[in-house]
Amino acid sequence: MLRILAARLLQIALTLPVLSLLVWLVMGLMPGDPVDLAMLADPNLTEADRERLRALHGLDRPLHLRFLAWAGAVLSGELGHSRLFARPVAEVLWPALLSTLVLVGAAILLAGLLGVLIGVLAARRSGAAAGADALAILAQSVPSFWLGILLIIVFAVGLGWLPAGGSPEEPGLVEAARYLVLPVATLAFVTTAGYVRHSLAAMQSVLAEPYIRTARMKGLSERAVVWGHAAPNAAVPVITLASLDIGALVGGALVTETIFARPGMGRLIYEAVMGNDYNLALLALLLAGLVTMLATLAADILQRLIDPRIAG
Amino acid sequence: MPARLLLGLALLGVLAAAALAAPLAQAWLGHDPFAPDLFRRFEPPSATHPLGTDELGRDILLRLMHGARVSLLVAISVALGATALGTAVGLVAALRGGWVDAALMRLAETVLALPVLPLLIVLAAVDTGRFGLPRGEAGSDIARIAAILVLFGWVGVARLARAAALGELSRDYVAAARVAGASEARLLWLHVMPNIAGPVLVAAALSVAGAILAESTLSFLGLGIQPPAPSWGNMLANAQDLVFSAPLAAVWPGLAILLAVTGSTLLADGLRRRM
Repeated sequence: MLRILAARLLQIALTLPVLSLLVWLVMGLMPGDPVDLAMLADPNLTEADRERLRALHGLDRPLHLRFLAWAGAVLSGELGHSRLFARPVAEVLWPALLSTLVLVGAAILLAGLLGVLIGVLAARRSGAAAGADALAILAQSVPSFWLGILLIIVFAVGLGWLPAGGSPEEPGLVEAARYLVLPVATLAFVTTAGYVRHSLAAMQSVLAEPYIRTARMKGLSERAVVWGHAAPNAAVPVITLASLDIGALVGGALVTETIFARPGMGRLIYEAVMGNDYNLALLALLLAGLVTMLATLAADILQRLIDPRIAG
Repeated sequence: MPARLLLGLALLGVLAAAALAAPLAQAWLGHDPFAPDLFRRFEPPSATHPLGTDELGRDILLRLMHGARVSLLVAISVALGATALGTAVGLVAALRGGWVDAALMRLAETVLALPVLPLLIVLAAVDTGRFGLPRGEAGSDIARIAAILVLFGWVGVARLARAAALGELSRDYVAAARVAGASEARLLWLHVMPNIAGPVLVAAALSVAGAILAESTLSFLGLGIQPPAPSWGNMLANAQDLVFSAPLAAVWPGLAILLAVTGSTLLADGLRRRM
């Protein structure tokens, strides 16, 4: 266990600098640097001003020196400013991560419970199992941006029950929850389908095991057999999947956040990339990468804790 | 043949036929899906416009059919590229073993642990004009998106191909071929490849599903196929602004994506069950 932990942490420690260097280089290939944009915005700036501005912001130095200067600053805790929001990056980043974790956490909790419930119930009859699996394939294929738009059309435009997106205007838990319903439903829908398929497959193989026959033979009720003996084992892959999903969705909720105009990590990265906010985009991307890799690590450890048969 | 395989093939077949028939349908209906006609905006479905018209008066059905060309072309390119690259990596890792295997598989694990969608967005925002490549044309957009998706798509294929190849390489017939003096290239190409074709095919079909979703997502976000070239993703992006005036326009492109992704997932699932 400790060896796995050490190997994974080393992998994360190696990946983050490489990732940041690669993303840094790629960002340099995006159209227009800040000075170009300033030139476009103000016709009074001359070529001499351009050179002066480039020197002022250090943009005239070679790329690798600029990277090292940036990396040194970040390592000493100096995250710098966001050009787009005109605020320190830290002030922008943490609320966004919190908002995304609330959205993703709610969606995964809902999807996990619903997915295991459907999977366990459907696994007992082969007809129901085949039907649930086919429906889950269909649900998995629904593009989330389409589902989001359809939900907006029905529940916000048509029925007018829920807000179409944005942030709550008044404080209060109920108000915040109203703004969460549609995004969580969108995100949970596709995720649930995956959980249904995994718990269904696990449940079917568990139900065929001898210990289930033993449990039935000693006269346990069907409910005790299914929920007491089979379901906990079928939940193992779902727990692993859910912890992987928390990481994947920190960046992956981007589409949902964009459709519903929620100020989360994904949307932040999207806006920073589109708005040429290098520093914010890079740091947000690294934070999302860190969370994703930590979630993968958590999934690994969790899997080993729950199921001692997995070696290591 | 299992029902899933047939259904998957049928769905993809219908979409491919629609893509191929786009110019024919255009001649038959007699209008240009690229030319705006501002007198015919938001027309309801009729004999001349089977699915009505969009916000610029262009025929929605014809644009969907042209969108199918884009989506399927991207998907096929990604499936071919990712399968070729992934199979090559998987075979090399299985054959060489040792540190080559370890390095390639650690790389694959690392790519799997990255936040894919944000990175796709960063890569899609790269200004290809800086390398002297053309920018903003439909053809170059397709190549650009396909190349980016291959960068992430090879991993799944490589892991499957490696696992399958390791199994085959330990068989007696491989040892026999080695004893008979077969070169490494001959061994891989003639003996191992045909025997791992099954899992590789499944991975290829899955990468089609992933590519269609990823391309439409990028196009939806405005980073994929650029208008006026139609793609299912950018048609949906237009429709999102019009949910109040033309809600139906948002239904069709999403339905097309749903059918294409379902089709390729069913195909992969059917192939897997047949093995």
